[in-house]
Amino acid sequence: MNIPILSWLIFLPLSGMLITLFLPRGRHNTIRAVATIITGLTLLLALRLVCIFDLNTSQMQFVERAGWIPQLNVFYHLGVDGISLLMIFATALLSFLACIASYGIRERVKEYFALYLLLEVGMMGTFLALDLFLFYIFWEVVLVPMYFLIGIWGGSRKEYAAIKFFLYTLAGSMFMLIGILALFFASNPHTFNMLELGQNTFTLRFQQIIFLALFLGFAIKVPIFPFHTWLPDAHVEAPTPISVLLAGVLLKMGAYGFYRISYPILPEGARWFGPAMGVLAVIGIIYGGFVAFAQKDFKKMVAYSSVSHMGFVLLGLAVFTTTGMNGALLQMFNHAMITGGLFLLVGVLYDRAHTRDLDAFGGVWVKMPVYGGILVFISLASLGLPGLAGFVSEFMVLLGSFAVYRWMTVAACVGILLAAAYLLYMIQRVLLGKQNPKWSQLKDISIREIITLLPLMILILAIGVYPKMILQYMTPTIQALVGVLGGNPA
Amino acid sequence: MNPLLIPLLPLISFAAIIFFGKWLKEKSAWVAVSASALSCLVSFKSIGEVIGGRNFHEAFTWILINRIPIEFGISIDPLAAVMLFVVTFIGTMIVVYSVGYMHGDPRYPRFFAYLSLFLFSMLGLVLSSTLVQIYVFWELVGLCSYFLIGFWFEKKEAAEAGRKAFIANRIGDIGFFLGIITFFYATGTMRFVDIQPEFIQAQAGSAILTVSALLLFCGAVGKSAQFPLHVWLPDAMEGPTPVSALIHAATMVAAGVYMVARLFPLFHACPEASQIVAGIGTWTAFMAAFFALTQMDIKKVLAYSTISQLGYMIAALGVGGMTAGTFHLMTHAFFKALLFLGAGSVIHGAGVQDMREMGGLRKSMPITFWTFVVATAAIAGIPPFSGFWSKDEILLSAIGSDHRIIFWILMITAAMTSFYMFRLLFLTFFGETRGKRAPHESPAVMTVPLIILAIGAAGIGLLGSPWAHHWIQNFLAGHPEEIQMNSFVATISIAASAIGLLIAFIFYILNPDLPKRFAKKYWLLYAASSHKLWMDEMYQATFIRWFKQIARFSFKFDEAVIDRTVNEVGRKTVWTSKIKNWFDQYIVDGLVNLTGRLTQMTGAVLRLIQTGYIHNYLFVLLLGVLIIGYAVFNT
Repeated sequence: MNIPILSWLIFLPLSGMLITLFLPRGRHNTIRAVATIITGLTLLLALRLVCIFDLNTSQMQFVERAGWIPQLNVFYHLGVDGISLLMIFATALLSFLACIASYGIRERVKEYFALYLLLEVGMMGTFLALDLFLFYIFWEVVLVPMYFLIGIWGGSRKEYAAIKFFLYTLAGSMFMLIGILALFFASNPHTFNMLELGQNTFTLRFQQIIFLALFLGFAIKVPIFPFHTWLPDAHVEAPTPISVLLAGVLLKMGAYGFYRISYPILPEGARWFGPAMGVLAVIGIIYGGFVAFAQKDFKKMVAYSSVSHMGFVLLGLAVFTTTGMNGALLQMFNHAMITGGLFLLVGVLYDRAHTRDLDAFGGVWVKMPVYGGILVFISLASLGLPGLAGFVSEFMVLLGSFAVYRWMTVAACVGILLAAAYLLYMIQRVLLGKQNPKWSQLKDISIREIITLLPLMILILAIGVYPKMILQYMTPTIQALVGVLGGNPA
Repeated sequence: MNPLLIPLLPLISFAAIIFFGKWLKEKSAWVAVSASALSCLVSFKSIGEVIGGRNFHEAFTWILINRIPIEFGISIDPLAAVMLFVVTFIGTMIVVYSVGYMHGDPRYPRFFAYLSLFLFSMLGLVLSSTLVQIYVFWELVGLCSYFLIGFWFEKKEAAEAGRKAFIANRIGDIGFFLGIITFFYATGTMRFVDIQPEFIQAQAGSAILTVSALLLFCGAVGKSAQFPLHVWLPDAMEGPTPVSALIHAATMVAAGVYMVARLFPLFHACPEASQIVAGIGTWTAFMAAFFALTQMDIKKVLAYSTISQLGYMIAALGVGGMTAGTFHLMTHAFFKALLFLGAGSVIHGAGVQDMREMGGLRKSMPITFWTFVVATAAIAGIPPFSGFWSKDEILLSAIGSDHRIIFWILMITAAMTSFYMFRLLFLTFFGETRGKRAPHESPAVMTVPLIILAIGAAGIGLLGSPWAHHWIQNFLAGHPEEIQMNSFVATISIAASAIGLLIAFIFYILNPDLPKRFAKKYWLLYAASSHKLWMDEMYQATFIRWFKQIARFSFKFDEAVIDRTVNEVGRKTVWTSKIKNWFDQYIVDGLVNLTGRLTQMTGAVLRLIQTGYIHNYLFVLLLGVLIIGYAVFNT
């Protein structure tokens, strides 16, 4: 049987989940091995996809289409372009690395990995789907395992965090569903096909309303200020690997929704909301930075830094130029690598010290030199040090937004200062200063933990030094999208 | 040999030491030394080519913005050549010196890794071909500075100082960053080769160009420690002394000056911006010299001296003296590196940093002493030492462009410079030995670099003297310049140095009680100088406090308003569903139940009739028939 590559990306983790379910409960190592192999194979597939991806077209590639619910015109419809390719690669990579980081999970291992693999199915499907109905289903599929992964394997307030996450996102997707149905009924002929919907022209008023409905769904996921408060709670309670996926992939689903659905289907609505999105972005950048500075919990600090960094994504989205939107997409990818790495590092420290209180540490660098080096490296990437990935995307976003919103760009630059302030403050409190005698027994980072971080570090450095390497994948698609939006294609 | 090797060699050294430092141990120092020495040799060759009139430029496209390629590359012109010489040559001297100075440090390899990384970044900065590239390396040198200031990070002050330096620089760099963006939007280029006088003159005087010039200058204000962002540099002295010499005196802090010199056509085309540049430079030169008068820590004196001298250079660029500023950058790099290394040698030998605990070191540390004398003479502007020529050149540009106030302020600053430097010299090397420890001269690995640098500090200025036909000025300008030695300026400048020297001699050799009496009499002035105009305290009480308050307030707001709203919505939903539940249970369900119960009751009543006895039913039937029959027949 010849299953095309995109379906493999979805069905491989799904089959992995089924295999895991049939394995005997006590065989932890076998279960781990199966999950690692499955996520590893998925990563290899994603790499293969990157290799055979055609750089010279903005069209959908490797399209698969099959009727599913013919009465409603619903199709099993998948495809990849420059926008989703990066997200798929990030999902596959982080799923694999976080799977290795999951070896520390000791309770109910079988259920954990089954849900974990189901989560990967949902994430992959969300980025691959070209049918709104299918998209919505995958979007919701992500919610369920996430709910259990936080609620069962989380920290002390796990139930609260899991329910908050679930209900909040569900409330958002309700609006999204209304939007999707409205699009279905407004289109002629009725369709859920994203590409066909893009060819419909809707009235401005309709576009505005639907954009707003979809915006609520996506904004909660990104999360955009003021819909962000589920994030710190969920992050603090979630186990490390789940935090990595939450920050690395789930947040991107929201921003991806703008690129894939709102913008191409509702271009005039998007333009109408542009300035408002810019304002929210700048508020998020500055506000998130300040709140991150005030944190005492390491993980919460990283969570709020996400709010600030995702603000750059929104700012880039709000300007409708190739530079800005390229920068925003690159920022999504970079944020996945950088913040994913930071969460892994928080986990490494937490596993040893069983606390995340920043003030409880001090002088850790002496005992954990390699860990200290890696933490500094990834923190520097996060604060936008040139030569590392974060700088390139923030630079492009700001360069793109300067032409459109001059003063907002100036304000957003404050975010760069804030990032330096809270990250260096964190480094000082954890790594520098007098060694706290309580931590004189800390063991340095293990080889397994280094393996989970090394690919991220290599990518961060490579993108920072030679961004063309990754920009070439997205630029044609973004240019076409900016053309649809009627923005400045330059 | 390819000039690419110049920055590449230190990078290789960095990578080698950071990954194999555990095994290299002491040998890692020699990896760094050979890398920097080789890089110095390669750069000499490149410099030779530039002197021969062949500039170098090679670049590749980094990213495309608006279809305009943003490049990364290497370009060497006379300005870069001068800087290249300073960085590689002095850098090598300092790396060699560090072999002795850092001996026995538990993180010995890491120190040399950082030094190599710094040299790589600094050389990348010097060789930059675009604004973005210079910004990238600009941040990297700042990072190395952060690492090296906080090298002894167990010490709280060191960790704090590193962070302060990074943040202060970041503030300036935001301006720099926005400056790059505005410049790009104004001119459509980021390449230095495009920034030529003719190209810029075309849009001279436009508001956006002036704004971008000022924003770009913000970067220099941060990096070159100009007022009001100068506060980080004195604190940076927490780092090991070779670091202070290399990064915080000779090379990195001069990057701001270098950047302004690099963009000189831009500043030249924006006279308003240039006025501000000149004003800030002059004020910084004066202010920092004033602070240096009363400092007791030997490194603090030198730190303020550095700020002051950088102010000189910036002022020179502001008044249009591009060659003068760059010339001073070069001479300053030599004598200030020498001063710091000498101070390091003193600290190494005497074990203290406070000058009140030194004194009389001239006998026990002769090499350090004599090289220090050369450096002091050079910075004080005593002819024919190097500082005299370059300072004279700056004063000439000021008077030549009719900046009389700036000229006189700089002249007063020159006298103050001479005073505080000889004060330092006398307090440290003359008089009684006040220290508790027996001082000793430093090993050869430290004193040989001192001697070599002393030769440079003495003689390098001659390149710009009339005897060399102002070679360096002509080289930098790219064409022979009309430079006249102005005997008026030279005379006053020598007089200023002499006055400073004389007062220091009276204060610290002839009559050592005098300083105390002076401090008492002019206590306000004394306090203003020794407390550096209370600027650190002011920043603490305002910006830093506000920053923390905003952060705390935002977090409270997040918890008490935004998150609370979310939770309230949740709670209200639960509450509503409880009401609904009650309604459902008692009203809706109640009605249903009521219906059921009514039916039941009716049934119960009706059941009374349903007795099940056949004669009862027959009786009722009969009764019915009778009633119906009666009704029928009656009508």
